Amino acid sequence: MLILESLTKRYGDFTAVDDISFTARSGRVTGFLGPNGAGKSTTMRIMVGLTRPTSGSATISGRLFADLPNPGREVGVLLDASAQHAGRTGREILTIAQRTMGLPATRVGEMLELVSLTEAEAERRVGNYSLGMRQRLGIATALLGDPQVLILDEPANGLDPAGIRWMRDLLRGYANRGGTVLLSSHLIHEIEIVADDIVVIGNGRIVAQGTKEELLASPGTVVRAADLLDLELALGLHGHAATRSGDGALRTDADPELVGKVALEAGVALTELRAADGAGLEEMFLELTSDTSREGALA
Amino acid sequence: MTAVALEPVGTARAAFPRIPLMRVTAVELRKMFNTRSGFWLMASIVITSVLATAAVILFAPDDKLTYSTFGTAVGWPIAAILPLIAVLSVTSEWSQRSGLTTFTLVPHRSRVILAKAISAVGIGIVSMLVAFAVGAVGNVVGTAITGTPLIWDIAFLDVIYIVIGNVLGLLTGFMLGTLIRSSPGALAAYFVYTFLVPGLTGALEASQKSFADVRPWVDPGEAQAPLFLFDRALSAVQWAQIGVTGLVWLVIPMVIGLRLVMRSEIK
Repeated sequence: MLILESLTKRYGDFTAVDDISFTARSGRVTGFLGPNGAGKSTTMRIMVGLTRPTSGSATISGRLFADLPNPGREVGVLLDASAQHAGRTGREILTIAQRTMGLPATRVGEMLELVSLTEAEAERRVGNYSLGMRQRLGIATALLGDPQVLILDEPANGLDPAGIRWMRDLLRGYANRGGTVLLSSHLIHEIEIVADDIVVIGNGRIVAQGTKEELLASPGTVVRAADLLDLELALGLHGHAATRSGDGALRTDADPELVGKVALEAGVALTELRAADGAGLEEMFLELTSDTSREGALA
Repeated sequence: MTAVALEPVGTARAAFPRIPLMRVTAVELRKMFNTRSGFWLMASIVITSVLATAAVILFAPDDKLTYSTFGTAVGWPIAAILPLIAVLSVTSEWSQRSGLTTFTLVPHRSRVILAKAISAVGIGIVSMLVAFAVGAVGNVVGTAITGTPLIWDIAFLDVIYIVIGNVLGLLTGFMLGTLIRSSPGALAAYFVYTFLVPGLTGALEASQKSFADVRPWVDPGEAQAPLFLFDRALSAVQWAQIGVTGLVWLVIPMVIGLRLVMRSEIK
């Protein structure tokens, strides 16, 4: 379990991380979602002791990262797959980590196999790797010590669609076996697919957090009817505003059951009635970050 | 769901022992040689020591074909190249950004830096012993070719001196690495330190004769030169000159560099 309490990091007048608190629980994948420059990477660097927080704390199973006697055995970390010495081979990078952690040498081959790097690829220097191969090597390094907690910054970057699927299955399986997974992304669909819990960050502040179901449950209904105007008026009488979407449907904050009853009362024949979904989290993400992100002025 | 048993992650989770410093040191030592640049630096040491031996046999006058000539010829290129390994062992953690992994696997930076320092000093001592061995082979082979008598004119004290001189050089590279934390910057600084500073003080000495007495107190290269001369035991004054220049040019900047390393953010 990973607990962040009132974590704050200031650089002069600039507040990169502003009073962040959340918990990544074991057995669950926690998605850390935010636009570029929102403070995700800084937060993650603070968690593993590479950056000192101005105030607040991040603990792993109740301990500071720096107090872990052999951190690699308890926390798997991938912050930037490109941050490796370009002149070392992939196998050598894993061997260094394996020796530091004091693991049997056979572990290196097992990890290479797990992340589907071939023998020939493992003998090449990392400077010649594609970003996808570096991500696989980074995942292998993170998993090497069989840790209980994984902290991964944008792990799907550079992976092809098959690789993204592989990563998703890997993390899902890992959480199902009781592991704690925290992964960041600026891509909403990645998070939506794999995460159980979601923390949304913008401009260093948490703007929303909860289970995926909670965050996705945007109350509301999409309805189509032969006579939209009558339905709109009837909903208005019940105190529910309705707006027309461009494609001839009506969107309202009332739940589908109520809309059905209102339509029956008003004698309007419905052609479609369903809970609003679709954009879901994406809409929320854009909404929540529009006033803080770079594109804010246009939104 | 299939009926495959889900093995919990991180089984057998007894308290892990702290990573021993020996292991960190062994890993840091390995890291100095397992990169392309590390490999070629080591290879260049072997190549230059062999070339130097051959050059002595070919070009040195017969009466100079002694062990000390070989030792100096082989030792000098090694002493010039080794500090580069010390520089890169520190700076590559920042320039190549491998520190992101290094300092998360061993979160106490002081332990990593200490391990690097131990490795650097160890390499300095071992490589000098290798230089003396290569020089000995050159001496035996060279005198056999020319038919001149074998002369072993390096005393144990000379060996101690040259090892001290070499370790000081490695620590200088190490200090520049911690202070600058960028490979190109620290390498440039190393060349300024070893070639430009002696050049400037040498020019000053040539124009101002009175500077000659002051020079060994301000120029670390000049102060350390007697260590490499196979000449005679150093006087107390010469040790004091090594101490003073070492304090100003090595210890103080190293303390500043170490503080920066401990506090800086790893990105």
